[in-house]
Amino acid sequence: MGSYILKRLLSAIPVLLGISVIVFLIMAMIPGDPATAILGSYATPENVARINRDLGLDQPLVARYFIWLGNMLTGDFGRSFSLNRPVLDEVLDRFGATMILAGTAFVLCSILGVAAGVVSAARQYGFADKAITFVVLIGISIPSFFLGMMMILIFAVNLRWFPVSGMWPIYGGRTLWSLLDHLIMPALALAVVATGVIARLARSAMLEVLRQDYIRTARAKGVHERSVIWRHALRAAMVSIIPVLGIQAGFVLSGAVYIEIVFQWPGVGRMLVDAILTRDILLVQGGVVFVAACYVLFNIAVDVAQSLLDPRIKT
Amino acid sequence: MRDFLRLLARNQLALAGLIVLSAVVLLALVTPLLPLQAPNVTNTGDRFLPPFTEGHLLGTDHLGRDLFSRLMYGTRLSLAVGFAAAVIAAVLGAAIGILAGYYGGRTDNVIMRGVDMLMAFPYILLALAIVAALGPGLLNALVAVAAVNIPFFARNIRGITVGIAHKEFVDAARLSGMGDMRIMLGEVLPNVIPVIVIAMSTTVGWMILETAGLSFLGLGSQPPVADLGSMLGEARSALITNPHTSVVPGVMILIIVMAINLLGDGIRDALDPRLRSGALTRPMAATTVRRDGPVPEAREGALLDIRELQTQFHVKKRVYRAVGGVDLEVKPGECLGLIGESGSGKSVTALSVMGLVASPPGVITGGRVDYKGTDLIGARYEQLRTLRGREIAYIFQDPLATLHPLYKVGDQLIEAMTAHGRAPKEGARQKAIELLKSVRIPNAEKRIDSYPHEMSGGMRQRAGIAMALANDPEVIIADEPTTALDVTVQAQILSLLDDLRRSRGLAIIFITHDFGVVAQLCDRVAVMYAGRIVEEGPTAEVLATPAHPYTKRLIACVPELGEGRRKLAAIPGLPPPVDDLPPGCAFAPRCAKATPACTEPPIELMPFAGTRAVRCIHPENDAAAREAAE
Ligand code: SF4
Repeated sequence: MGSYILKRLLSAIPVLLGISVIVFLIMAMIPGDPATAILGSYATPENVARINRDLGLDQPLVARYFIWLGNMLTGDFGRSFSLNRPVLDEVLDRFGATMILAGTAFVLCSILGVAAGVVSAARQYGFADKAITFVVLIGISIPSFFLGMMMILIFAVNLRWFPVSGMWPIYGGRTLWSLLDHLIMPALALAVVATGVIARLARSAMLEVLRQDYIRTARAKGVHERSVIWRHALRAAMVSIIPVLGIQAGFVLSGAVYIEIVFQWPGVGRMLVDAILTRDILLVQGGVVFVAACYVLFNIAVDVAQSLLDPRIKT
Repeated sequence: MRDFLRLLARNQLALAGLIVLSAVVLLALVTPLLPLQAPNVTNTGDRFLPPFTEGHLLGTDHLGRDLFSRLMYGTRLSLAVGFAAAVIAAVLGAAIGILAGYYGGRTDNVIMRGVDMLMAFPYILLALAIVAALGPGLLNALVAVAAVNIPFFARNIRGITVGIAHKEFVDAARLSGMGDMRIMLGEVLPNVIPVIVIAMSTTVGWMILETAGLSFLGLGSQPPVADLGSMLGEARSALITNPHTSVVPGVMILIIVMAINLLGDGIRDALDPRLRSGALTRPMAATTVRRDGPVPEAREGALLDIRELQTQFHVKKRVYRAVGGVDLEVKPGECLGLIGESGSGKSVTALSVMGLVASPPGVITGGRVDYKGTDLIGARYEQLRTLRGREIAYIFQDPLATLHPLYKVGDQLIEAMTAHGRAPKEGARQKAIELLKSVRIPNAEKRIDSYPHEMSGGMRQRAGIAMALANDPEVIIADEPTTALDVTVQAQILSLLDDLRRSRGLAIIFITHDFGVVAQLCDRVAVMYAGRIVEEGPTAEVLATPAHPYTKRLIACVPELGEGRRKLAAIPGLPPPVDDLPPGCAFAPRCAKATPACTEPPIELMPFAGTRAVRCIHPENDAAAREAAE
C-alpha cells in the first residue's frame, strides 16, 4: 500500500508541472508588456524595473517560466500589489476558510447524494424514487448563487434562523458553535448541485449492481434485504461512485467561488474574483496554481480510497 | 431518426422540457420585435417598482429599468452565449477527439496528456484564469466556458473514434485511397454524431449556468447590457429590500436549465440503447406473486413439493411462460435431476421455489411450493427469508459472478451463518474454516481470507457449495454447478456433492443439461421442455428406455456418459419461443413421430410403466419399458 501511494504521488509530478505550464501560458496571453500588465495602476518606472529584475519579465517566455517555477518551488509565489503582501500568505489565509466550506459541502453531498441514490434505486418507481428524482432535477438545474440568495432571503432575513453572511460573528467569540451557525447555509447551498449529480449516479450504479448474480446469491443465503441493499449492493456500487466523488470535489471547489461571493465567505474564490477585478495578476496566478495542486493531491487520496475498497485493483 | 423522435415523444417529461424550451427560445428570438420598453434606459424616478405595476409587468430594477424587458433581452443573451459556448466546445472538442482517436499512437498520447492536464483543474480555476488574462467581458466569458468544456468533449469523442478507427469500413476507405481528412469527415464523423449530441444535451444547460455564473461575478457581460447572470449580480445588493429583482432572473435561469436537463435526459435515454430496452430495472427482494387460480394441495411424503408451478416474464405487452405448470417433488435424502436445454425453464423453476426469480419482469402466476407444510409461494417476505439458505440453499453456476467480488470468501461464509443467527461471534471463523475443509478446499485456514478472484474456478465452486452447507439445510438446489468447470474438477465436485448427500441426508435438486451428470448423481430425473416436464422417472429406467422422443434425442446426444461438456446441438430445430407456444405438444415441430393428433391440446403428463410419467401420445420404447417394469 505504501508503495502504491508513493507511485501515485510520483505520477502527480508531471500533472502538477502540466498545470503550471497551462496557467503560465494562459497568463502569457495577456496582451502588452507583462510588467505593465502585472502592475496595472502600480506601474511606476521603478516598480517595473524591480519586477523585471525579480521575475525576469524582460526575458524570453521559456526562461520566464523556469524563473517562475523556481520561485514557486521555493515558496515564493510573488507579491500581491493590491494587498501589498506575499501571494502565498494571502492564499494560505484564505484557503483554510475555503476548505471548511468546501470540505463540509463535500461531506454533505457525498452522504446525502449516496443515500438518496440508494433509496431511489431500492424503491425504483416508488413514491420515494419519484420524489427524490424530482428534487434532484431541481437541484442540478438551480444556479447555486441563486439558491444561496433565496436561502438568505428565507432562512436568514425572514425566519432569522441563521446569520445573513460571513464566517464569524462581527462581535463576540469565535466559537465552533458560531462557525457552524454561519456555515450551515453556505455549505448546504454549495452541496446541492453535487448532491443531485451524485444521487443520479448512485441510483444508476445501484440499479446496475442490484441486477448482478451475487446479489441474488446474498438473497438466496437469507441475508436481510436491508443488508443486501446497504452492504452488498452499496459496497459494489461504491466502486463506480468513488471516482465521481473525486470529480464532484472539483465541482464543489468551483461552486465555492459563487457561494463565497453570495455569503461573503472569506475564501480563496472570493479572493480570486477580487483579484481579477483589480487585475492583480500574480495573486490570480498563485491562487489558481495552489488550489489546482491541492485538488490533484486530493484526487490521489480518492484513488487510494478506491484501491482500499476494491481488492481487484493491483496496488 | 423517426424511432428516436417517437421515443422522445413517449417520454412526457422530456416532451414538457422540449415545449418549455421551445417557448423560451421562440420568445427570445422575437424579443426585438415585441413592443417592449428599451431595456437599458434608466429612469431613477421609477426605481424598484413592484411587479404588476401599471406599465411594468414585473416591476423595475434599481435604476428604474423595466424588468420584463430586461428579462427578455437577458434571456436572449444568456441563451445565445450558452448555446454558442456549447457549439464551440463541441466542434473543437470533437475535432481534437477525432484527430487523437483516428491517428492514435504518438499524436493520441500527446493530445490526451494535454486533455488530462486540463481536466485536472477544478473547471472554474481554468475559467477564472482565462478571464483574468483576457479581461472581464461577455465574449471572454464565453471563450472561457467553451474552453473548459473542450476536454470533456475531446475525451468522450476520442473514446468512440478509437473504436471506429479500426472497423472494416474505415480500413476499406483507407485502402481505396481516400485521404485521412475525407475519412474523418465522411466515415468517422457521422458515427460519432450521436455521442456529440448526447454530450451537448447534457452540458448545454450547464454551460448556460456557467456563463450566467461568470456574469454574476461581474466577469461576464458588462453594464448596461445584462444577461440573466449579471441581472442577478446587480440585484444582489437589493436582495433584502427588493427581492423581486433577484427572483425574476433567477427563476428564469432555473426554468431554462431545468427544461434543457429534462430534454437532455430524454435524448440520452432515447439514444442509449441499454436504457431503451428497459433493462435497468432492479429485481426486488422476492418474486412478485399473482396467483389467480386455486392453490393446489400438497402431496403426502414429499419434503419439497412443487405443484402446478407457473412462472412468467412480463416484458412490455409480451408474456413469456417460462414455467407452464410444473410438478416436482423430492423426498429427504433423494437426488432429483432436472434436465433440459437452456431456456427450458429449469432454472426459473428452481429459482421460483425461494422467490428468487428476478422481478420485474418475473411473476409467479400459479401453483404451490410446499415445504414441510408451508406454502412458500404465498409466504411473507420475512418468512421466506428465514427459510432461504437455512432450510433450502442454492448452489449457482459460475461462482465468479455469483460470489461477491469485494468480500473475502470467509466473510461471505460467515455471513451465511450470521444471517440466521447461527454463528457465535468468536466461533464463526472456525466454523467457516471447517466448512471449507468439508468441501475439500486445501489450506482452508489461508483460503478463508482470499477474495473470489484470487481462487480457481473449482475452488470458487467449492466455496459456493460450502456457503450452501453453512446452515445445514434440508434441501440443496444446485443450478448447473459444474457447467463452467473442466472435466476433472467437474468429477470432483460431483463426487463431493454425492458424499455430502449421503453423509448429511440432503435432498438435492440438481439442474443440468447433461445426462452424463444425471447418471452419476441422481436417483430420479425429470426432463423439461418449453416450460413443462415431458418425462419423469428413475434415472436408470429413463436412461435405458427413454419414453419421450425428446428424452431419447437428448440421450443420443451424449457420446459417452460422464465425459465433459456437451452441447445439445445435435437436435435439429429450436425450442419454441415461450411467448408463443404451439397448441398441443411443444416438441411437435422437431419430432419425427409427430402426428396431427399431437398438435391438439392438451397433452397431459401420463403415467408410464409404473413409476414413470411421460407427456407424449406416441411414447418410445413402450413395450420394452413395460416389460422392464414387470
Ligand atoms: S406428442 Fe407427438 S409430437 Fe409430441 S413428442 Fe410425442 S409423438 Fe412427438
